[in-house]
Amino acid sequence: MREAHGSGRPGLARPRPERGTPPAGVPAPRSRRAQLHPGAWWLWALALGTAATRTTNPLLLALLITVSGYVVAVRRPHTPWARSYGAFVKLAAAVLLLRLAFAVVLGSPIPGTHTLFTLPEVPLPDWAQGIRLGGRVTAEGLTFALYDALRLAALLICVGAANALASPSRLLKSLPGALYELGVAVVVALTFAPNLIADVRRLRAARRLRGRPDKGVRGLVQVGLPVLEGALERSVSLAAAMDARGYGRTAEVPDAVRRTTAALTLGGLLGVCAGTYGLLTAAGGGYGLPVLLAGLASALAGLWLGGRRTLRTRYRPDPWDVRAWLVSASGAAVAALLVLAGSLDPGALNPGVVPLEPPALPLWPAAAVLLGLLPAFVTPAPEAARDPRKEPTT
Amino acid sequence: MIRFENVSVTYDGAARPAVRDVDLEVPEGELVLLVGPSGVGKSTVLGAVSGLVPHFTGGTLHGRVTVAGRDTRTHKPRELADVVGTVGQDPLSHFVTDTVEDELAYGMESLGLPPDVMRRRVEETLDLLGLADLRDRHISTLSGGQQQRVAIGSVLTPHPKVLVLDEPTSALDPAAAEEVLAVLQRLVHDLGTTVLMAEHRLERVVQYADQVVLLPGPGERPRMGAPAEVMAESPVCPPVVELGRLAGWSPLPLTVRDARRRAAPLRERLEGRQPGQDTAAPRTAPPAKRLFGRARKQDDGTPEPVAEVRSLAVRRDRVRALTRVDLTVSPGETVALMGRNGAGKSTLLGALVGLVAPSSGSVRTGGAVPHRSRPRDLVRKAGLVPQEPRDLLYADTVAAECAAADKDAEAEPGTCRALLGELLPSIADDAHPRDLSEGQRLTLALAVVLTARPPLLLLDEPTRGLDYAAKGRLTAILRRLAAEGHAIVMATHDVELAAELAHRVVLLAEGEVIADGPSAEVVVASPAFAPQVAKILAPQPWLTVAQVKEALES
Repeated sequence: MREAHGSGRPGLARPRPERGTPPAGVPAPRSRRAQLHPGAWWLWALALGTAATRTTNPLLLALLITVSGYVVAVRRPHTPWARSYGAFVKLAAAVLLLRLAFAVVLGSPIPGTHTLFTLPEVPLPDWAQGIRLGGRVTAEGLTFALYDALRLAALLICVGAANALASPSRLLKSLPGALYELGVAVVVALTFAPNLIADVRRLRAARRLRGRPDKGVRGLVQVGLPVLEGALERSVSLAAAMDARGYGRTAEVPDAVRRTTAALTLGGLLGVCAGTYGLLTAAGGGYGLPVLLAGLASALAGLWLGGRRTLRTRYRPDPWDVRAWLVSASGAAVAALLVLAGSLDPGALNPGVVPLEPPALPLWPAAAVLLGLLPAFVTPAPEAARDPRKEPTT
Repeated sequence: MIRFENVSVTYDGAARPAVRDVDLEVPEGELVLLVGPSGVGKSTVLGAVSGLVPHFTGGTLHGRVTVAGRDTRTHKPRELADVVGTVGQDPLSHFVTDTVEDELAYGMESLGLPPDVMRRRVEETLDLLGLADLRDRHISTLSGGQQQRVAIGSVLTPHPKVLVLDEPTSALDPAAAEEVLAVLQRLVHDLGTTVLMAEHRLERVVQYADQVVLLPGPGERPRMGAPAEVMAESPVCPPVVELGRLAGWSPLPLTVRDARRRAAPLRERLEGRQPGQDTAAPRTAPPAKRLFGRARKQDDGTPEPVAEVRSLAVRRDRVRALTRVDLTVSPGETVALMGRNGAGKSTLLGALVGLVAPSSGSVRTGGAVPHRSRPRDLVRKAGLVPQEPRDLLYADTVAAECAAADKDAEAEPGTCRALLGELLPSIADDAHPRDLSEGQRLTLALAVVLTARPPLLLLDEPTRGLDYAAKGRLTAILRRLAAEGHAIVMATHDVELAAELAHRVVLLAEGEVIADGPSAEVVVASPAFAPQVAKILAPQPWLTVAQVKEALES
């Protein structure tokens, strides 16, 4: 049946083709080849996020945000997805404000002497004991809330940086073969979100054409059903298109292999569960780690074996090269050094709020955070901005 | 290459088969065109080739379909993926990945081709379809024509022997359509690909076809033959064929070039006559020259314009969608907005009904500023039928939809239903708007919009997906509305429609007005936008077959 292209299993049949030899007349696809492995960006950004959770020092957190922001500013590709960074920054700001607002309204458990102002306190019934509405707002309480919220905001911004630098769909492409179909499902879901938003806009505009108000919650609710219908229809036609393009073709594998795969994966997952349980309970300290590792190994073997069922090959996978190592290592170094600093000098990383004192910038953790700037120098610059003009479709 | 043996398809719950007794064979390396009115089962026939019918759609298929020797009964669509490439009507619902290059590689990845083969074919396909500059672009940022080419490219890379296309040029402007058709022809000529396609806009495609399959009506047997023979008896045919039938040419010409060579006697007969007045109704003062626009307003005798746009600029996401656009529309006037995909036609229509706020300049519709007016007031001043008429329809039945429209427009109960009855007598009250054909749905949306009696009627791509009969009905309706004094502005790629209806054509490019004048002048001056009749009978000023017919009969 596959007589036309029966060249054997993916990835095994041939040596890696020479890269960078496009046919004459084609301009070298600079940006594509220059791309860094998306996994490296995600590791880097998540490591910075981990570092952010280790400290409440606002100066260090601001430095972390600046470092990630700078790298995003100079290295983010010109794709629609990269604009999501702005959304994450806004979300972080919203979280910050919300946390402060809660601290003002609901008070703070932090004892403090510097009263900034006093809100009228709402008397609450007995069963709501422990909750306070209004009352004294202290500088200490606010500062604590600010530090705390800043940490969360920094974490969010780091995740946003990962999104902007390498879209999750690129990351999903690097999934192992057995998980590929799952990856496609997620990618399709990701591309549907923007489509759904576009649908909502279009239908709300259409309400205006009918002479109904196009603003407000009611308008949104009434377009809900048509939007869902449209999304459903589109999914069905996409599914048809994917089927017609060969999605889900599988290779014949012997029954033995299939059964082994199932056994390995299932056993592996059970092992992981048991191992984790062992690690978390006091009694299982001895067997927890080995069982966990064995379970992981078995699950991975199952995945690898399962990958043989898919025929799929990969077009120009992003190579994990020296730069990818450098980028992920720089992130890991920041995280590791801050964890270390946290255990050596907890005071500097978590400045006290009672009594209130200005936070000091601890020198060597700050220098460690600056290591996170490395990607801005070792990775290639994104291609110059194109005309982002969208030629809208009819 | 493709073989249908006594194929009938009955969908679940349908009383009659969608297609019956289809018995045909498409030889290798031919471009075969599937024609017929809406609803005769063209899409069903196309779907049967790729195996999507019945594997994906459900229903029962009797008979046998084989493609390159593989029986679709025993092969699922995914197992035919290496011999059949399918592109549906909407390219956007075809894309799985987000960039052009990945999309081209996707099909090959699924088939498990070795990486070096994939790499080579992607580069070849980028060159073949002229997509090399777009390789890293996000698909959502491409224009309609580019998307269509990417969709075709994405099914070409696995080197299918058969390409199945459902209305590949309907959504495209004339230039982009030529682009896509040139690619198809190259595939047929250079690679020996077999192409089977359905298309309503025959004037664009019929000259490229090696053979034509005609589905004359629902459940009727298809007829297959040389294009000229089939066209001679086809209920759907392009203007060039219609003119040929009128003039009694035999064999029928299919291209403008053939027709021109035969047209000398006809031109002689028409010498000295002028096109009748059927298309040129009020012919108010010629479009205002920008400089005198303001001065002219004082003239008495000129009716108050229903819409006035002055040096309008619209920017969206730092992109200039429109720049310094001036447009005045008088009552009873029909204006066609033309220009390539993305030229700003829809934006201009949106500005006229307040969907788009101007960045600078002013828009007035019936004396009101549209984007500041309440929707309820605005529906009485201007009504827009959007590109997808379904967006306007919410209710479950036609009757409920009409009742809602009356309420929205604060019209007498029954107004909308009465209007609909005039426009489309056969429609049933309890039909679901989703089950209507494209043409019926458009008419329903039109009736809904007209319920508020807006003096200005705006239409965005009204003929997309309509067959010639539905288009003819629409033309008659719009002409009547114009005669009643409605001003009509329509954005369209359909040059034949513009020639038939519009008094004035406004050409847009890159958000600017590049031409504004009587249809005959503007349309004929541009080879891309000239209708076939104008091309055949140039330099005489005929635009439509109806005009020629009337002149010959008088």
